[in-house]
Amino acid sequence: MTDMSLPQTRGRSRAGRIALRWLLYVILGLFALYYLMPLFVMVTTSLKSLEEIRTGDLMSLPRDVTFDAWATAWSGACTGIQCEGVRPFFWNSVLIAVPAVLLSTLIGALNGYVVAQWRFRGANLIFAAMLFGCFIPFQVVLLPMARLLGLMGIAGTIPGLIFVHVIYGLGFTTLFFRNYYVTIPSELTKAAKVDGAGFFRIFWSIFLPLSLPIIVVTIIWQFTQIWNDFLFGVSFSQAGTQPITVALNNIVNSTTGVKEYNVDMATAIIAALPTLLVYVVAGKYFIRGLTAGSVKG
Amino acid sequence: MGQIQLSKVTKKFGDLTVIPPLDLQIEDGEFVVFVGPSGCGKSTLLRLIAGLEDVSGGQVLIDGQDATMVPPARRGLAMVFQSYALYPHMSVRKNIAFPLRMAKMDQAEQDRRVTQAAEVLNLTDYLERRPGQLSGGQRQRVAIGRAIVREPQAFLFDEPLSNLDAALRVGMRLEISELHKRLATTMIYVTHDQVEAMTMADKIVVLQAGRIEQVGSPLELYRTPRNTFVAGFIGSPKMNLLSGAQAEKHGAHTIGIRPEHLLISTESGEWEGTVGVSEHLGSDTFFHVNCPGFADPLTVRASGEMDLKYKSRVFLTPDPAHLHRFDAQGLRVE
Repeated sequence: MTDMSLPQTRGRSRAGRIALRWLLYVILGLFALYYLMPLFVMVTTSLKSLEEIRTGDLMSLPRDVTFDAWATAWSGACTGIQCEGVRPFFWNSVLIAVPAVLLSTLIGALNGYVVAQWRFRGANLIFAAMLFGCFIPFQVVLLPMARLLGLMGIAGTIPGLIFVHVIYGLGFTTLFFRNYYVTIPSELTKAAKVDGAGFFRIFWSIFLPLSLPIIVVTIIWQFTQIWNDFLFGVSFSQAGTQPITVALNNIVNSTTGVKEYNVDMATAIIAALPTLLVYVVAGKYFIRGLTAGSVKG
Repeated sequence: MGQIQLSKVTKKFGDLTVIPPLDLQIEDGEFVVFVGPSGCGKSTLLRLIAGLEDVSGGQVLIDGQDATMVPPARRGLAMVFQSYALYPHMSVRKNIAFPLRMAKMDQAEQDRRVTQAAEVLNLTDYLERRPGQLSGGQRQRVAIGRAIVREPQAFLFDEPLSNLDAALRVGMRLEISELHKRLATTMIYVTHDQVEAMTMADKIVVLQAGRIEQVGSPLELYRTPRNTFVAGFIGSPKMNLLSGAQAEKHGAHTIGIRPEHLLISTESGEWEGTVGVSEHLGSDTFFHVNCPGFADPLTVRASGEMDLKYKSRVFLTPDPAHLHRFDAQGLRVE
């Protein structure tokens, strides 16, 4: 991969090639700097005291590092009249995201397996319809979904939010798994059928064990989507079941005279930390999995 | 027992009829080869027997029992695929044991059968490896091992040697023939390669466009092809087929003469022509001879010692005892 990053430089002098490579590094470095700047500001600001923020420079490093803002963000910041920090909301998000990610991945795998390996009349139509689900703006479904959740008796609950995330995640998860499974030769399914394995046995014993790269991709994708979701979180939750994104918004918006930038920054970083962690841990597989289906072999 | 009977079996994909009503009887212990050009329906026919495709009409009988609606695993058949279809994440041992595990056979018996199959197929040293660490020939043997352990009524092979290189193909051909002799189990083998068909089969079924053109032993098909299609398909190099004036002389629409039944001479003969390409195989030499008034060059087999220059004049004489005559419909005339 690394030797692909340079354009064709045949015929150039050695010095010219080195200059070109340095130019490339400078450009890439500038981009990296540009992307990292906001993170830098957030981290440094969250470690400063309010006093220092007011008097100092936005870009300067903190003179006295203090974790007070982090402590406040975690367990003392006010959302409206309640001052418990983001901790309860953080756990709400975990309770929503973990089951929703696992369920939507599993069901997506099963869907993809059916659409790719058990061709039936209308399979393409159903797959196209599911694909269409990826492009529906979620604002459109808010009202009907609110009604449905009410009818099901799970409006405003965490299971309700899990339900919504699973439904709207299926379009993407099905697409991922379908595209991965169409590259697996159908003779494998046929051989297993002759060997006496049934529909679910083939899925569990043959397809799932082959799916690690695409499972990782799907989990990262779904976790990012669900953890970062604000629209469904703010629409379908009530006091006690709100996810962290809603809490972040409320903390930033409920001010008592002074704007506590350091607390806001700390809260935002806490809110972003789990997705960041998932990328660091599984990012390697993410790239591999995304390209796995496209190249044969 | 592994007697298989197809009775008026039909297969349609939508409006397209791939196999018109077809009857076929396969006896227990026979090695039957389905052969035909690609798209002739031979693999479809095999999948119908396996139960991987549903028939659109007719019946599949296995040992006299109607198996038309029986799912693949319960037909007592084992299948070997062109792409081997090994489970990539399982060791060779687990691959071979998979059908036994599916049948919930007890562990001791599973181990016994896997060990035995591995010995038969020279796979004992590879049992703990993954398919990805094996060569093409070894993978094919694993696929065969997975079929053997089930002790099936019949083996179905779907172009099993097509992915192997030429040298390995000859070796595996012998191994499969040997296996058939030892197990004496019915085998149905699909191939587009008439050499495989000729060398392995007890009975060849020649298919074209879903229809059976002829069924018979390799030599029957070679000596008395029922029509021009079989005449041209079986035998390598191909039979020379001539129509027009030369055929009318023999009272037929088309005449066929195999390369080895043409006598080549530099002095005299029935047809005069010039030598085109010569192919020296060592044991034999094939000359492609252009004769004026013939549409295509004639292929002639001569001994390996014979050497003729390009464009040299030669005479050909067909052996009248081995002249095949066909009518306007392409059917054999006795």
